[in-house]
Amino acid sequence: MATLTSGRKTALRRELEAIVGPGGVLSDPDELLVYESDGLTLFRALADFVVFPTSAEHVAAVVRLAGREGLPFVARGAGTGLSGGCLPAEGGLVISMMRMNRILEIDYENQLAVVEPGLVNLHLSWAVVPKGYYYAPDPSSQQACTLGGNIANNSGGPHTLKYGVTTNHVLGLEVVMPDGEIVWLGGRTRATPGYDLAGVFVGSEGTFGIATKIVVRILKKPQAVKTVLAVFDQVDHASAAVSAIIARGLVPAAVEMMDQLTIQAVEDAFGCGYPRDAAAALLVELDGLRVGMDAQTERIVQACRDAGAREVRTARDEAERALLWKGRKSAFGAFGRVSPAYMVMDGVIPRTKLPYVLRRVNEIVAAHGLRVGNVFHAGDGNLHPNILYDPRVPGAEARVVEAGAEIMKVCAEVGGSISGEHGIGLEKADFMPFIFSAADLAVMQRLKNAFNPTGLCNPGKVFPTKKSCVEVGPVAYTPHAIEAKGLAQRF
Amino acid sequence: MAHIVEDARRTATGPLVLHGLSVEGVNQCVHCGLCLASCPTFAELGTEMDSPRGRIFLIKALAEGRTALTDTTVQHLSLCLDCRACETVCPAGVPYGRLIEAAKAEIEHARPGSPARRLFRWLNFGLLLGRPWALRLAATALRLYQVSGLQALVRRSRLVRLLPGTLPAWEALLPSLPPRHERAPLPSYVMAEGARRARVALLTGCVQSVVFGAHNRATARVLAKNGCDVIVPEGQGCCGALNAHGGDHARALEMSRRTIETFEAARADAVIVNTSGCGAHMKGYGALLDGDPAWAERARRFAASVQDLSEFLAKAPLVPPLSPVALRVTYHDPCHVVHGQKIRKEPRQLLAQIPGLSVVDLVESDWCCGSAGIYNLTQPEMAGRLLERKIRHVLETGAEAVVTANPGCILQIQAGLRARGAEVQVLHLVELLDRAYGRPAERGP
Ligand SMILES: Cc1cc2nc3c(=O)[nH]c(=O)nc-3n(C[C@H](O)[C@H](O)[C@H](O)COP(=O)(O)OP(=O)(O)OC[C@H]3O[C@@H](n4cnc5c(N)ncnc54)[C@H](O)[C@@H]3O)c2cc1C
Ligand code: SF4
Ligand code: SF4
Repeated sequence: MATLTSGRKTALRRELEAIVGPGGVLSDPDELLVYESDGLTLFRALADFVVFPTSAEHVAAVVRLAGREGLPFVARGAGTGLSGGCLPAEGGLVISMMRMNRILEIDYENQLAVVEPGLVNLHLSWAVVPKGYYYAPDPSSQQACTLGGNIANNSGGPHTLKYGVTTNHVLGLEVVMPDGEIVWLGGRTRATPGYDLAGVFVGSEGTFGIATKIVVRILKKPQAVKTVLAVFDQVDHASAAVSAIIARGLVPAAVEMMDQLTIQAVEDAFGCGYPRDAAAALLVELDGLRVGMDAQTERIVQACRDAGAREVRTARDEAERALLWKGRKSAFGAFGRVSPAYMVMDGVIPRTKLPYVLRRVNEIVAAHGLRVGNVFHAGDGNLHPNILYDPRVPGAEARVVEAGAEIMKVCAEVGGSISGEHGIGLEKADFMPFIFSAADLAVMQRLKNAFNPTGLCNPGKVFPTKKSCVEVGPVAYTPHAIEAKGLAQRF
Repeated sequence: MAHIVEDARRTATGPLVLHGLSVEGVNQCVHCGLCLASCPTFAELGTEMDSPRGRIFLIKALAEGRTALTDTTVQHLSLCLDCRACETVCPAGVPYGRLIEAAKAEIEHARPGSPARRLFRWLNFGLLLGRPWALRLAATALRLYQVSGLQALVRRSRLVRLLPGTLPAWEALLPSLPPRHERAPLPSYVMAEGARRARVALLTGCVQSVVFGAHNRATARVLAKNGCDVIVPEGQGCCGALNAHGGDHARALEMSRRTIETFEAARADAVIVNTSGCGAHMKGYGALLDGDPAWAERARRFAASVQDLSEFLAKAPLVPPLSPVALRVTYHDPCHVVHGQKIRKEPRQLLAQIPGLSVVDLVESDWCCGSAGIYNLTQPEMAGRLLERKIRHVLETGAEAVVTANPGCILQIQAGLRARGAEVQVLHLVELLDRAYGRPAERGP
C-alpha cells in the first residue's frame, strides 16, 4: 500500500541517492519484494525504498529526510529476526545496515572491539579467534545475524545460561537518534557514571534510534570445554534432568533440549549424530578451567542417568562437538525438511514448569490440527515451540496465530514471559497485555516517546496497537485475527 | 500495519515450474536467512536480491506469476555464481542448484539477449563444446596467437583495452596452450601397476582435453600407480554441464544421454572426473533425466558410479613410494567439488600424504574465485571483485603454490596472480601427486 505518488517517489529517490550514492537506493517493486519479511514469513509489508548507508552521517541524513517528509523508517540487519521487528510500516524506508560491516578497532588489552552494526556476529569471533578470544553471545543464527540486530533484540543464545545476553557484553553505542542527531551512549568501560543509557537502548527493538557503532566486550576462550549428549526415551525425564543439573549447583555454559521431531529434522539436514528414535535429547556444555572439569562432567553425566537417560556420552573431539552444535543451531532451518513454513514461538517459563508447559503446548497445537517441534534453551527455561504449517492451505496461517497466542497465554499463566530473546516486534505486540498492566505500558510508552517523540522510528512494534489513538504514520488499525477470538486485547 | 495477507497473492495452484522444470524446491526455503553470509554476491553487495534467500524468493515469485522476467529480476538471477555455497549451509535442504538452473533456462528461453550474446552462446554451446574437432581447431588458432608474439604485444601495449564488451576479460583468462604434441589425446587404455584395485573410466572433458591435457595424463598415471586399469572411452564429448549452467537445457539433456551411452560401454567400476563442474553435473544426471522413463534408471545407475578423482583416491592410502615435494602450498576448494559434491576432507587427506609438502590454510578457501563456468566472461565486474578477494587471501598465506582441482579455477586464479605480478604457481592436485610419484612437471598451461 505504498502511499507516495510516483512524482514524489522519483524526487525522493533522487534525494536519497544524493545522500548515499546511486547504487545505494532500491525502489523497484521486484527488489522491494524480497524485503517484505524477516525470518518470520507470517508477516509481510512493503517499503517504498530500501537505503544502504555506509556511514553514521548517511544514516543521520536519511533519518532527517524521513522526518521532514513524515515517512516512517526502520533499520534492518540480516533480516533473521523472528518477530517481524525490521518490517517497514506499509510504505516508508528500510535502512539496511549491511554495508556498514567493518571492524573498526580491536583492543585486546582492554578486551573490547569497536564494530559497525552490520557486522555478522560470527565474523567478530573469527576475527579475534587467532588471538584466543571470542564474542560470547551466540544466537543460533550467529552465522548470519548482525550485531545491530543483536543489540536491538538483546539477543541470547545457548551460552546465555552462563554468560548472559547481549546487554551484558555491550559497553557503548554510537546512535543516530530518531531526529537525526548523532550521540554516544555508554563508553568503553564497564561502568560509566549516570544513567545506563546504553543499557536502555539495548533491547529497544529499533524503536529508539539506529546504532551506527557498537563497543562490545570480547572474552578469552575458556581453557577447556566438554560437551555431553544425553538421550531420553521420555520428554519428562529430560525435563527432570535439566532441573536436577541446576539443583546440584552445577553451572553449565549451556543446557539445550530438542524433541523427536526436531532431532529427526536436524539429522535429515546434517547427520549430526543424534539418535532419531529418541524422545528428547539434551546437549549440556561445560567450560572453564581444565582443573576439575572431568569431575564436573561426571556429575552432569550422573544427573542425567539418575533422571532416566538411556544413553549419555561426551563428545570425543572438537569435530564431534562442532557437529552436535551445528545440529542444534540449525534446528529452526531444518524444519524446512519437514514443513514448508513454521512459526517459532519464544516464551520463557520457570524451569520447574517445563513438563506441564510442554504437555500443554502439544495439546494446543494438536487441537488446531497442526504439528509442533520443540527446541529450546532449557537451562534458561526459554521455550521455542515451532509450529509447522503449510501456507498454501487456506486458513492455516490464522490457526497458527491462534495456537501461538494460546501458548503465550500458558507461559504468562505459569509466571513466565512472552519473549525470551526474539523480541516483541510485530508478532507479539498484541500479547503485551498478557504480562503488563496498562500502567506498565504507559510508562514504557513515555520512555519511548523520550527517544522517539514523532513515532516515525520503527512504528507499530512492541506496543499493542491502540484502538483510539493511531500511531503517527500510515499505521491504520486493523483488528487482529486473535483479537477477534478474544485471545488478545487492545487498550 | 503489516498483517497477514490471507492468501490473496497466491495465484498459482499446482506444481511450480519454470521452463518445464520443477521449482517446487522453493517451498523448502523457510526464510531463515542462515545462508546469507555464505553467499559471495551478498557479501559483496549486501542486497537481498543478490542473496540465496532473495533469489529463491524471486524464483518463487516468478513461478507463481507474482512477478515477471523484468530487467531487474534477470539481472539478480544472472548475477548468481551457481557456486552452491548456499546449499552447503542450508539446513532446510533447498536444492538451490536445480532452482537456479531452471530459472536460467527460463531466462534464456524468454530473453535470449542481444545478437552478440546469442552468437557467443552459439559459438560455445552449439559449435565448440559439442564438436571436439572444432575445439581443436580453435585451440590451434589460439596457440598461433600466443606463439606468434601477438598476445605478448596485445598485453604489453594495452591494446587489450580497445577490445569490445567482455573480450578483455576473455583475453586475460587465456591459458597459454601447450604445443600440439602435448595436447595429444590419451591412449584409450592405461594398465594398472602393481596389485589391481579397480577398472575405471576417465572423463577427459571437452575444454579440459585441449587446454589441460597434462592433467588428464597425470590423472591416468596416478590412477595406474594406485592399481587402476584406466579406460579412456573414445568419442566422449562434453558432459553438458556448461550448457545446463548457461540455461541451454535441451542440449544438456542430449549430451547427458550421449555421455551415459559412451561410458556404459566401458564397463568400469567407477567413472573418474578431475574437473569439478563436470563431476557435480554428472552426479546429477539421475535428477536431470528423471522425467524420461527410458533413461531415468540408467541415468541413476551411471550417476552413482561417478566420482571425483580425490574422492576415489582418498578411499585408500596412496600406494607408495611417494617422493618428497618441498613446497609450501595452500588449497582452494572449487565450488563444485566442495559445495556441489560435498568433498572437503579428501583433497586435504591426499595432500597430507605427500612427504615434504607443507600445507597452510586459506581463509575463505571454499569461497568462489569468480570463475564459475563462463561467469567471469558474462559478469566480469563481480568476477573481478571475487578474484581480488581470493588473491588477497592467497597472498596472505605466503604459499608458493595454490593447489586446486578444477581448470576454471586454475585459469582464473592464474589470471589474478598474473595481474598482481605475483610469483605463485597454480597447480591441479593431480599434478602434485604426479610429481610425488616422480614425474617431472610437464609444461603447464
Ligand atoms: C535460525 C534462527 C535461529 C535464531 N536463534 C536465535 C537465538 O538463539 N537467540 C536469539 O536471541 N535470537 C535468535 N534468532 C533471532 C534473530 O536471529 C535475532 O533476533 C538477531 O539478533 C536478529 O539480527 P538481524 O541482524 O537479523 O536483525 P533484523 O532481523 O534485521 O532486525 C531485528 C531488529 O533489529 C533492529 N535493528 C537492526 N539493526 C539495527 C541497528 N543498527 N540499530 C538499531 N536497530 C537495529 C531492526 O529494526 C529489528 O527491530 C534466530 C533466528 C533464526 C532465523
Ligand atoms: S538457509 Fe535455506 S531455508 Fe534458510 S533462507 Fe537460506 S535457502 Fe532458505
Ligand atoms: S549459488 Fe552462490 S552466488 Fe548463487 S545464491 Fe548460492 S551462494 Fe549465492
